[in-house]
Amino acid sequence: MAEAPPRLQPLVTVDERGAPGHDDSRRIGRGVFLATVAGGLSSLYWGKAAWSHVSNALGGVEAAVPLVPTGGWRIYTVAATMPTFDPATWRLRIGGLVEHPQELSYHDLRALPQASQVSIFHCVTGWSVNGVRWRGVRFKDLLAHARPLTDAHAIQFVSAEQPYVDYLTLAQANLPDVMLAWEMDGKPLPREHGAPVRVVIPDMYGYKNVKWVAEINLVHQAGSGYWENLGYDRDAWVGRSNGYTS
Amino acid sequence: MKPGYVRRFSRTERTFHWVNAIGFFLLLATGLILYLPSLSADVGRRPLVKDVHFWGGIGWVAALALVAVLGDRSGLLRTARELDLFDREDVNWLRRRQPNEQARFNAGQKLNAALTAAFLVLFLVSGLLLWLGERDTRYRFASTVILHDGLLYASLVLLVGHLYLALIHPATRHALHGMVLGTVREDWARKHHARWDSGGRG
Repeated sequence: MAEAPPRLQPLVTVDERGAPGHDDSRRIGRGVFLATVAGGLSSLYWGKAAWSHVSNALGGVEAAVPLVPTGGWRIYTVAATMPTFDPATWRLRIGGLVEHPQELSYHDLRALPQASQVSIFHCVTGWSVNGVRWRGVRFKDLLAHARPLTDAHAIQFVSAEQPYVDYLTLAQANLPDVMLAWEMDGKPLPREHGAPVRVVIPDMYGYKNVKWVAEINLVHQAGSGYWENLGYDRDAWVGRSNGYTS
Repeated sequence: MKPGYVRRFSRTERTFHWVNAIGFFLLLATGLILYLPSLSADVGRRPLVKDVHFWGGIGWVAALALVAVLGDRSGLLRTARELDLFDREDVNWLRRRQPNEQARFNAGQKLNAALTAAFLVLFLVSGLLLWLGERDTRYRFASTVILHDGLLYASLVLLVGHLYLALIHPATRHALHGMVLGTVREDWARKHHARWDSGGRG
C-alpha cells in the first residue's frame, strides 16, 4: 500500500494548454490532489499510532471534552433494533451444565460481590478506547451459587440482540481482568454499550465482549460465536489473532 | 440566455456537481447513523444502513463515471485542466497580494476541487478496505477506520466553507445561480472573475 511518492511537476511551464498569455501556469491542482491521496494512503501505516499519541497527550482534557463526539467508541450491532432494558422485568438466566440453574434480577446481580477495573478496549476493526472504568462481578462470584459441573469447560453468552452469541472457555472467563460489567465510567451501562450487562475481557477484541447478555449457559466446550461463523477467530487475543501480529 | 448573463457551467458540469452532492449527502447521512452512538441507538437496523452506505458509495462513484462518459467528456477534461493550473495571479490571490484577478475559477475553488477529488478517492479506498477487511484478514489494517473517520471530519470542514460561500456570503452566493441554472450575471463575473474569457457574452 506504500505508494511511490507522487511525481509532482510543480514548476513545469505549460504550453498551449495554459490560459492564453499566462505561460507561468503551474500544475498545482494535481499536486495537491496527489499529495493528499498519497498522504491519506500512507496513514494506513501511521494513523493509529498518531491518533493514540494525540489522545494520550490530551489524556485529561479528553475525558472532559471528548475530541470526537463518540468518545472514541463505535457501536456495532447485528439486529434490526437494540434491546431495551426494563429493570422490573429483566432476568439473567444461568443454566446449562450447572448444579443449580438460576434467574437473577437486576437487583440480585448488583448484590453480588463487586469488582472494578480500568482497562483498554480494543476493536478488531482497529479502534481502541483507553482507560475505560468498569464495575461488575467476576465470573467466579457470579457462578458461585449455580456451581458449574465438572465437565463444564466453557460459557455460552446469549445476547438479547438475536442472533448474537459467543463463548469463552472457563479459563478465559476466570482471567483476573474479566467480568460481567453493569457500570461503565461511573454510570449504569448505557443502552448502546449493552445495558444492563456485558462481558468485559480486555485481552480479546470487542466481539468477544458480548453486549446485552441475557443468558449464560455452561457448556462442555466453546463453540463458534456470531462473528466466528463469519470467519473471525474463536480465541480473539488482541494483537495475536484475526490477521494481526503486534 | 437572459441578457446580462454569461454561461459559466455546462449541463454536464452541473450534473456532475449535483450527482456528487447527492452522493455525498446520502453517504454522510447513512455514515452518521453508523458512526454516532445516539443515532445508532435510535435508528437501529445497522445491517441495512451498512448496505445502503456501501452500495450507495459504489453507486455514487459509478454515477459520476456515467456522467463523465455520457456527458461532454472533452468539456470536463478542459475544466479539469483549468482547475489544475495555477498561474502567478492565482498564487497572489492565495497570498492576498496584487495583482490577483481571477479566471473562471479562483484559486480557492481550484484547491477545493483538488481536495474534494482526493477525499473521494480516499473515502472509496478506505471504505472498500473496511468492507473487504470484514471478509478477509489480508485487507484488514488497524488504521483504516481512523482514515475513514478522519476524512469525515476533513470533508465536513470543506463542506461548511463551501456552503457558507455558496449560500450565505453576500459577495459569493450568486455563484449558486451558475451551478443551478448554468449562468451568472455579467457584472458579477467581471468583478469576481475579471480574467475569465466567457466566450459569447450575453
